[in-house]
Amino acid sequence: MSALGNNDRLVVIGASLAGLRAAEAARAEGFAGEIVIIGDEKELPYDRPPLSKQCLVDGAPIPYLREERTYTESLKATFMLGQPASALNAAEKTVIVGDRPMRYDALVIATGASPRYLPALPEAAGIVTLRNFDDVARLRQAVESGSHITIIGAGIIGAEIASAARGRDCQVTIVEATEHPLERALGRSMGSLLSEMHHRNGTDLRCGVTLSEVRTLSDQVTGIVLSDGSEVATDLLLVSIGVVPNTFWLQESGIELEPDGSIACDEHLQTSLENVYAAGDVVSWPNALTGRSGRLETWTSANEQGAVAGANAVGGEGDRQPYATVPYFWSDWYGNRIQFAGTAADAVPEVVHGSVEEDKFVVLYRSGDAVTGVLAVNEPSKIMKDRRKIRNGATWQEMVGHYRGIGAGAPSRAQQPAPVV
Amino acid sequence: MKIEVDRGKCVGLGLCEAASPDHFEVGDDGQLVLVSDMVTYGQRAEVEEAIRSCPTAALRLLP
Ligand SMILES: Cc1cc2nc3c(=O)[nH]c(=O)nc-3n(C[C@H](O)[C@H](O)[C@H](O)COP(=O)(O)OP(=O)(O)OC[C@H]3O[C@@H](n4cnc5c(N)ncnc54)[C@H](O)[C@@H]3O)c2cc1C
Ligand code: SF4
Repeated sequence: MSALGNNDRLVVIGASLAGLRAAEAARAEGFAGEIVIIGDEKELPYDRPPLSKQCLVDGAPIPYLREERTYTESLKATFMLGQPASALNAAEKTVIVGDRPMRYDALVIATGASPRYLPALPEAAGIVTLRNFDDVARLRQAVESGSHITIIGAGIIGAEIASAARGRDCQVTIVEATEHPLERALGRSMGSLLSEMHHRNGTDLRCGVTLSEVRTLSDQVTGIVLSDGSEVATDLLLVSIGVVPNTFWLQESGIELEPDGSIACDEHLQTSLENVYAAGDVVSWPNALTGRSGRLETWTSANEQGAVAGANAVGGEGDRQPYATVPYFWSDWYGNRIQFAGTAADAVPEVVHGSVEEDKFVVLYRSGDAVTGVLAVNEPSKIMKDRRKIRNGATWQEMVGHYRGIGAGAPSRAQQPAPVV
Repeated sequence: MKIEVDRGKCVGLGLCEAASPDHFEVGDDGQLVLVSDMVTYGQRAEVEEAIRSCPTAALRLLP
């Protein structure tokens, strides 16, 4: 139930997934006061995963998250779009938008993250990043048959862009600084295994090299030189080396930030400031289901965190919900659906189902008697069931037994680990 | 109340299944199966959560 009254105001900074969900959850809690959503992009909330998928491949239109009329009819929220919040004054309970202060009774910060840039890059046309719908239009123009695209970073999004560009008959090179792409997300061996998809689909993936020089002609990028001395001619250089949280505007606010620039939150997604919550890619928080603190940059966590932060921001002290999750993300490469749940670090992956050669398999990540993660490639029916089992603390024997069809038999209650809540 | 799936929008990610396994399940072919399309009053909150969990806005609740 909402503890804030009809005359109170909830302000949400960031008009994207997490911010929208926060506003919706506040209404679902019964909050009847004013909701103002402030966003620096000029569009109503839209979805980002399609940007590197359908939008890039087919030129699909801007993927709005909700129909416009829901904002007036059910959400009853006021949008202030096209200008950023530039400061937060917690003592006065105001945020600065334009040059005016706006009062809040509860605040949710959902300003997401922006692509990390390489500091040494020259100012030239053809050097781009992908985060917003505007970026897609620029990218699509360049990604046309016969053109040569170079992507810096073999991460999830870099891989999707490579796959979309191959689908449009581009020559594609990926430059990856480490020897082990996707190690953080999938673990060393699985990251390398999946990255072989690039070679099989005609993308030139080069690992263990970095960019040493960018060649330009009349302010247009024409090629790059790599640390091993090799040269690659290119029409477009796409930088996809991760993101940095959008918290620059909070630096004077006194809010506690982590060393990586994200907002430090507790398990209720409250920040270090009173009545100020945060959600989505901008947040670090202690995840009780993985035992790890940090950021997640996934659609599912932004969606869920938005809902928890919005409800907690308007709710009473005793009604607040903690947030914990078995992380989940998906990605589409060269027509293959890749899904991952849980964590890969410090666990040993084992293929338990299907065939790696046929790009159709399930991998469980084992740590002692526990399963920390599951990777499914073109096995869409498996992932959510295994994610649920991980959440409930299922043992390795139980989970692998299911796949081997040997039905390992449920262990006695005494042997079962206590479910992690 | 009844659940409606827009098959043109659903891409089989299974996030609805995560929120409400009693109603949704992704099959081996990646197609969403409605385990049950009827929603009782008590299930409504869970199903609404499933609908909001869908990244492609493929689900609707009909009266
Ligand atoms: C191309 C691409 C593909 C992706 N694909 C997948 C995928 O397949 N699966 C998956 O799980 N995840 C994927 N993601 C990640 C997912 O989209 C993000 O995790 C999610 O968008 C995070 O939502 P958010 O609301 O926290 O932040 P964002 O979506 O980044 O939104 C933050 C908003 O706040 C605005 N803002 C920033 N600063 C201010 C300010 N000072 N004042 C006002 N507004 C401000 C920003 O402009 C932005 O509109 C993808 C992301 C991208 C970019
Ligand atoms: S979450 Fe949406 S896209 Fe995914 S299976 Fe359910 S309805 Fe389909």
